[in-house]
Amino acid sequence: MLNGIPINYYLLLSAVLFIIGAVGVMARRNSIIIFMCIELMLNAVNLLLVAFSTLHNDAAGQVFVFFIMAVAAAEVAVGLAILSMIYRNVKHIDTDVLTNLKN
Amino acid sequence: MLLGYTITQWLFGILSFLAIMFALMVVFSRNPVSSVLYLVLTFFCIAGHYLLLNAQFLAVVHIVVYAGAIMVLFLFVIMLMNLNEDTEPQRTHLSKFIAAIAGGLLLIVMVGSLKGAGELGLTQFGHSQMGLVKNLGTVLFKEFLFPFEIASVLLLAALVGAIMIGKKEIK
Repeated sequence: MLNGIPINYYLLLSAVLFIIGAVGVMARRNSIIIFMCIELMLNAVNLLLVAFSTLHNDAAGQVFVFFIMAVAAAEVAVGLAILSMIYRNVKHIDTDVLTNLKN
Repeated sequence: MLLGYTITQWLFGILSFLAIMFALMVVFSRNPVSSVLYLVLTFFCIAGHYLLLNAQFLAVVHIVVYAGAIMVLFLFVIMLMNLNEDTEPQRTHLSKFIAAIAGGLLLIVMVGSLKGAGELGLTQFGHSQMGLVKNLGTVLFKEFLFPFEIASVLLLAALVGAIMIGKKEIK
């Protein structure tokens, strides 16, 4: 253990970041904050992919992270468009108000 | 060597601590705008982790795409909706408590199941040249050319879709 960090430190860090994101999704009511917490969870997974690709010296993991970033950008563009449309019609982005599908 | 740890280990520890702190601030800050700014800081810490792992290309792309584009989009939407601390809806204490308990249980399960991973080995720094633009570009355009083109189609579709959804009236 001269220069390296054991891989389980990265596993722990990613798990903690992922769970902070999951708790944020459960604990907040603002849709935009929930969206941001989803981004946080995506980033935890990205970090772990890069760590494992360095561990195995395989570039496929990093290319995969690149594609995840592209998909996340597309997802954010469409998601925020939907949210601003909801706000224009309902004047709210509180998840406890948006319950039309429930009844 | 400082207190028995190498420089990279110190950097790893500091970056991890900062990333977790800022991530917690994202969830717990009441003002949505400061939430966005804390998320930008979290992304910078994660970019630092990428640099430590010798993935320079991904670190730069991460800063440009996430901190530069996606978070600015979030900020724009929040400012368009004029959200601030007063309009921020709050959950009851009971459901916050339940969310924290559920997260803690999930953490226990994940840590328990990841315990045996220590035998997998160490991530070595500074030896691998794989994360540089040249090597990554070769892999991207030789082995992953088709997914790369599909990603461009996906981005175009998202562009058109976002404009169509955001239009005032759809005829």
